[in-house]
Amino acid sequence: MKTEREQSRISRRDIIKWFTAAAAVSQFGPALSFGQGAVGAEGYGQDPKVAGIFKPGDHWPLTLTSSQRKTVTALADTILPEDEYGPAASSLRVPDFVDEWVSAPYPRQQAARKKILPGLKDIEELSLNLEGERFSGLSLKLRAKLLDRVTGEGSKDALAKRVAGFLHEFTSICMGAYYGTPAGWKAIGYVGNVPSPTFNGPPQEVLDRVGVTQTVK
Amino acid sequence: MPTISISEAKEQYDAVIVGSGAGGGQMAYSLTLAGLKCVVLEAGRSYNPYTETPMFNRPDQAPLGGTSTPDKDMGFWDATVDGGWDVPGEPYTQGSDDKKRRFTWWRARMMGGRTNHWGRISLRNGPYDFKPYSYDGLGFDWPISYEEVKPYYDKVEMLIGVHGTNEGLENVPDSPPGVLQPPPKGRIGDLLTQKAGKKVGVPVVPIHRAVLTKPLAADTIPAKLHPGNKKAQEIVAKSMRSRAACFYATSCGRGCSIGATYQSTIVHLPPAEETGNLDIIANAHVREVETGPDGKATGVVFIDKTTGKEERVKGKVVILAASSGETVRIMLNSRSNRHPEGVANGSGIVGRYITDTAAMGLQGQIPALENLPPHNEDGAGGSHFYSPWWGHEAQRKGKLDFPRGYHIEVGSTRNMPGGNSPVSMRYLRGLYGTKLKEEARRYYGSFITLASRGEMIPNEDSFAEIDPKVKDKWGVPVVRWHWKWSDYELNMALHAERTFAEIFDAMGGKATRPLAKSGHDILRPGGNVKHEVGGARMGFTPKDSVCNKWSQTWDVKNLFLCDASTFVSNPDKNPTLTIMALAWRCADYIIEQSAKGNL
Repeated sequence: MKTEREQSRISRRDIIKWFTAAAAVSQFGPALSFGQGAVGAEGYGQDPKVAGIFKPGDHWPLTLTSSQRKTVTALADTILPEDEYGPAASSLRVPDFVDEWVSAPYPRQQAARKKILPGLKDIEELSLNLEGERFSGLSLKLRAKLLDRVTGEGSKDALAKRVAGFLHEFTSICMGAYYGTPAGWKAIGYVGNVPSPTFNGPPQEVLDRVGVTQTVK
Repeated sequence: MPTISISEAKEQYDAVIVGSGAGGGQMAYSLTLAGLKCVVLEAGRSYNPYTETPMFNRPDQAPLGGTSTPDKDMGFWDATVDGGWDVPGEPYTQGSDDKKRRFTWWRARMMGGRTNHWGRISLRNGPYDFKPYSYDGLGFDWPISYEEVKPYYDKVEMLIGVHGTNEGLENVPDSPPGVLQPPPKGRIGDLLTQKAGKKVGVPVVPIHRAVLTKPLAADTIPAKLHPGNKKAQEIVAKSMRSRAACFYATSCGRGCSIGATYQSTIVHLPPAEETGNLDIIANAHVREVETGPDGKATGVVFIDKTTGKEERVKGKVVILAASSGETVRIMLNSRSNRHPEGVANGSGIVGRYITDTAAMGLQGQIPALENLPPHNEDGAGGSHFYSPWWGHEAQRKGKLDFPRGYHIEVGSTRNMPGGNSPVSMRYLRGLYGTKLKEEARRYYGSFITLASRGEMIPNEDSFAEIDPKVKDKWGVPVVRWHWKWSDYELNMALHAERTFAEIFDAMGGKATRPLAKSGHDILRPGGNVKHEVGGARMGFTPKDSVCNKWSQTWDVKNLFLCDASTFVSNPDKNPTLTIMALAWRCADYIIEQSAKGNL
């Protein structure tokens, strides 16, 4: 399986484009700050081209540092690992989505950024405290052990409590990304987005299980 | 749609039509097929659903997974261009700072207006709905009856294609045999709601929506719609043949590139354009109606948004179909010596008695729907089942603390995931790894959303006026909204809340939030369902109304209103089908009166 870096859809051309944009903005207004602070980009407006295929970075620059992306990737792959349901989060480009999310210029995403960026720092600090190693450097087993300590019952210090709150928000973003892909659809049991000359309704097996009959003949 | 610039416009048209949505589209269709030369003015840009609709696009192919943002309030793919709750440079204001009195106004600046993204729910008003005052002593009666509008409901349903069933329920008119298209089958949540509804006395039946479930009968319908007009029949037949039946994928809110749903840009404007009798000017922000020394309308003044210049277009007849709020704005801004309070406002009623659908919703989590075998529930891109209002008898017996009623729209949740978490994080708290995936799969699709859509009684505190201080970026004074829900709507919302909880209970499920104690906690703001109607109601006399039963203003006989501004009441039935039926009826009247030289 390809690594997340190999699969990244962010092209060199995009990176040059963002830095050009950042340079332009810094001349005339607040500089784009990569990896911290507020995002200075604009949204896609009220009349974007919608009938197209887009990727993170097409509408505004991505702003996570490589270090932050390492933490995002390790954490996303712990939350949504490769298993019998589907591939790991990073192979579905969840880290790109997280980067796009926290880099977006909209209020909801800006609010998330204020939780996610400190959270990434916190989880690395917690990992150093508990395991003596950066979170992104831990094995999957040790990462899971750390999450167990954070999400499990029992008393927690202030840092662990902060990490638990951050995890909730971070997991939510990852869920939106992971399950928006064909592999994610398979993992959750969504079947659709295919043309069909008829709509047959729920199969008999489903009707029987729920105890209903199809009333539209 | 092809458009022209003002320099290409004719000296004078038979009809100037402001707006290209349900009402304007219907007028353009009916009048041009009858041979009248028309111009449509649209405040937004041209739009082509055949090339611009994002069919099959996935969340991982859109920014932020397609979730809603302030730029695209209903999600990235929503078929709204340059619009939403806010239009930059074109504000509206509030008459009160009180949150409970807030009004929200959805506008689209695009060809076809809001018909590109609408819910496609197409319900006929019933006999009681046209005579609400006679029914219970509240509000006002319409000057027309259901029987007078019925032939036009029949024609509109045949033209646009509406699926559904005839159920013979009280105040829910049946369509003539052969008019409705077959309904799509029930989804699992629909069928379970139907079964639970029986236990608690709520009928749940197939909904009526403007989605083709089979190709239109292009060989037979056009002759019924346009008897004796061979050219119209040929054009409409060609248009019908260009529309495909639904292929059961892609939500209708994105628009439809195969023409399976009603959008003005699919059903009304193309055949009108085919006649050669239609010109369309896009980016035309209409400011006012002009009148001549004889008191008749001569045309409209608009701002060409591409140049910022003031322009004029003239017509023998002027038709406002810009949406209730915009029509009110144009009328009140059309002041002259003859019309000091705005054109056709001798009654002082322009802007008054605006209502919206009283709406709330509740979601239930249903254990019986957990971990179901995967199956396709995309269906016809919207609701399949609903509950028409069932409480007439209880109201007659005085058992309810509110008048009129609401219908229930049933929403299943086994739809395309992505963008946001497919299951509320409340059910996944503290989980990660394979356990998280297991629980997500368990809960996915196990929720049912019930939405109440109820009738609001017109009141003195809900109206639109011109803000004396604020102008938009084109220099046009803007609308200031005033809003107030009454106890009728607040009590109705609580009744719906209790009923939904009972239905969930009958399924063995439970509401996902504590039940509200006040209607204010659950009732959505005014305008939020985008069913604002009224403001220039029709009536029996020039004193009690703005226009007569033909949508013709009392004061200016060649000025017609063909959107929902003429609505006297706002039944729980969604307004679009009635807008089109009344517009078609008005068009026939204009054709007849024009031929007689009466306009």
